[in-house]
Amino acid sequence: MSGFSSSSVAGRDIVALEGVTKRFPGIVANDSVDLSIRPGEVHVLLGENGAGKSTLIGMLSGLQQPDEGRILVDGKPTPITSPRHALALGIGTVFQHMMLVPTLTVAENLLLGGPWWQRPRTEELAARVAEITGTLGITVKLQAKVSELSLGEQQQVEILRAMLRNSRLLILDESTSMLTPKGIDELGALMRRLVEQGLAIVFITHKLKEAAAFGDRISVLKLGRKVGEIPPERFRTLGEQEIVSEIVELMFGKQKDDPEAVERPVRTARAEAAPLLQVTDLAVAPTDNAPGLSSISFDIRPGEILGIAGIDGNGQKQLAEALAGQRTAAGGSVRLEGAAIETLSVGERRRRGLRYLTDDRLGEGTVGTFPVSINFFLKQVGAAPFWRNGVEQRAEIDKRAAQLVREYDVRTPSLKAPVARLSGGNIQKVLLARELAEGAKVVIFNKPTYGLDLANTLASRQRIRDTAARGLAVLLISTDLEELLGMCDRIAVIADGALVGTVENADDARTKVGRLMIGLAA
Amino acid sequence: MSIDTAPTVSATALDATSGATTRRDILHRLLMTLGPILIALVIAGCILLAVGVDPLAYYGFVLEKGLFSPLGIQQTLTRMAPLLFLAAGLIVAFRAGMWNLGGDGQFLLGAVTAAASAPVFVQIMPAWLALFCSFLVAMVVAMIWSLVPALLRAYQGVNEIITTLMMTFLGTSLANVLVKLAFRDPGTTVPQTRTLPVEGRLPRLFETTITSGLLLGLAAIVIVHLVMTRTAFGLKLRIVGANPRAAVHSGLGVPGLTVAVFAISAGLAGLAGAVDIIGVQGNVRADWNPAYGLAVIPAVFLARMNGFAAIGFVFLLSVLSIGGESAARRLGVPNHFTLVLVSIVLIVLALAEYFDHRYNQSRRA
Repeated sequence: MSGFSSSSVAGRDIVALEGVTKRFPGIVANDSVDLSIRPGEVHVLLGENGAGKSTLIGMLSGLQQPDEGRILVDGKPTPITSPRHALALGIGTVFQHMMLVPTLTVAENLLLGGPWWQRPRTEELAARVAEITGTLGITVKLQAKVSELSLGEQQQVEILRAMLRNSRLLILDESTSMLTPKGIDELGALMRRLVEQGLAIVFITHKLKEAAAFGDRISVLKLGRKVGEIPPERFRTLGEQEIVSEIVELMFGKQKDDPEAVERPVRTARAEAAPLLQVTDLAVAPTDNAPGLSSISFDIRPGEILGIAGIDGNGQKQLAEALAGQRTAAGGSVRLEGAAIETLSVGERRRRGLRYLTDDRLGEGTVGTFPVSINFFLKQVGAAPFWRNGVEQRAEIDKRAAQLVREYDVRTPSLKAPVARLSGGNIQKVLLARELAEGAKVVIFNKPTYGLDLANTLASRQRIRDTAARGLAVLLISTDLEELLGMCDRIAVIADGALVGTVENADDARTKVGRLMIGLAA
Repeated sequence: MSIDTAPTVSATALDATSGATTRRDILHRLLMTLGPILIALVIAGCILLAVGVDPLAYYGFVLEKGLFSPLGIQQTLTRMAPLLFLAAGLIVAFRAGMWNLGGDGQFLLGAVTAAASAPVFVQIMPAWLALFCSFLVAMVVAMIWSLVPALLRAYQGVNEIITTLMMTFLGTSLANVLVKLAFRDPGTTVPQTRTLPVEGRLPRLFETTITSGLLLGLAAIVIVHLVMTRTAFGLKLRIVGANPRAAVHSGLGVPGLTVAVFAISAGLAGLAGAVDIIGVQGNVRADWNPAYGLAVIPAVFLARMNGFAAIGFVFLLSVLSIGGESAARRLGVPNHFTLVLVSIVLIVLALAEYFDHRYNQSRRA
């Protein structure tokens, strides 16, 4: 206990970020972010996936360097050059995915990283562990194998490891994402005890309730920018419900001078037309690492854009994959132009006009090492005129690819360039060209502007609007409420794998959708 | 899992046709391939010096026997026939990201069934049809042998490196059992299959001892290369190899393609066994296992799964193995020194690849 309490001077920043900016090709991950991290506080970093939380953590833990701005440690500007350096400065990070060796015991894991020429100091470790765990009120079984521990216990070991290295600042990255509700409560209590001892904690989450329950200070990130902060003084005066609604306002609320804000063009209602896509009671069984879907039902008419709103990870990807045929449905029916397609293969659904634009552009959307030209036709391998009798017609492929490159303004050094070399926005254009090509009737867009810069975001949105204007049915899955409000005719909200409500995109849609997203009735 | 993904990544990096190839690239490739081979020859020479053998004499004997003597070059070219078939099979599997390391088991089972069936077929049908039928039998048997790893990989995701290696142990033992029990020639005292009369074997080329199996092998590897690079089927396999998730997303039937890859790869290994027996050996003796399957793997890697380059490396391997056997006998070096040489080449090549990659990255950064 004495190791860190002496260094805590309440009210002064241990670590402060000043105007920190980090850019990656095609995206600005952090845009002049200011952050002050103080001893005795749980500082909650809140934001959607892609808001820039991970990049911020990467810079704090020495994995990445800021392009602009500076990081102050104990008031002095200090570049954090490596993870080792971060540890030496007293910054310990518990990453989202467990970093323990499952086949070793807890003690062995804690001793890893010691000098290789020395015998592991087991007795010394046991004494220090007893000292730390005693004050924190947790028990750690040093001789147990890590693989025998629950995820919550493993996390305690990781926190203990950070404490053994005399951390003054503990960063917990999405630490609750794999825990049971009981484990989450225990972690909350542990964090409280740690800050009482004078430690500073940065707690990253995208769950609003946890932020309100465990935090002292909340910073909200959105698309790389810090859009708001609730300091401890204000935090204490607000009730949990008020905090949640204030966060919702910060996260989803409309901002002044938002360059993305566009008026939704009024489209002629086509209520009389028969739906192109009808989904009834679609269900998918949950797997180890993905939630299931239950009784999903909706219709989309020609020319209509139906939005799916919700916090990320509530079954959006499962819904898209179940519709595209990549994930087997446990029940329910999917009808395209009235014909049932739920038993058809991925390829057959595509031939009938169902297109799925994936959000995982390099992971599954493209083959990164293959040339741009081939990636345009990845879903048509073997089809005429690009292949005849199974033989590749390179001239036909190059001709059509060049046409698509012009039409969709793909910036590529050549048709032969491996697609992974392109920027995110240009890879997205390749996917758009592929999915919107001839024969499309229903298009599923999964987070189509995720990770794109402003110009590409606006271009992608225009493509989607044009798609609907051509009379296609569009399902737009997005975690960006602004985007949905700007484009959709109706917005359905998904939570825990079920649609909890559908809202007409009228004036009060923002509040209604926001309420549905946090579990209140619209 | 890590075992499974790591080779896939390297396979895509090695997929030479996927990138743009310019003249400078080709020159760079040539340098990156031949340079390490020369370095490896020097290192191996040092090892020879250390065991008291004159490396120049060793390399001299290798070249003389494997390349320059008329009899030696004929043996070298004959040896290439089965190796080319095996290389063709490996190219299909590796490009599709599947690690069929069970080539030896498939090869031996193909060899034994060809050896057992050919003498029977010769008696009841014209010679060309008999040869064709025994080739077919060898191929089908090897394909069936690959079904276990294929189905396990396709439907259960079981790592094929382990299953094919296990099946190769079983396969070599089964081949032995078949020679000693079921197909044993009652007319000899040593356990072996009935010998196919010379006139029933594959014809020799012109007035030489070179088997016409060499032409079949060349045809097989060229066809495989063209199929993999120029056809829709080959592209599908390469998509599965380079990014299996993209294959699922694109609507390819990945399990079916997986089984097909194993069938083709094993079928070619079975044909390799048949071509060696029907073309050259005439029978299979008990405990015969030349382990060509494992020896070819480095050659295919050095060729970066390119069929034409593989022909060159298979030739080099043949020279080394024919010449190495002779040099080893004359200089008292263990016969396995050829393998030592090949493995040094591989290690140096991998190091060169690593440093080249590092250099490229640092230049880009």
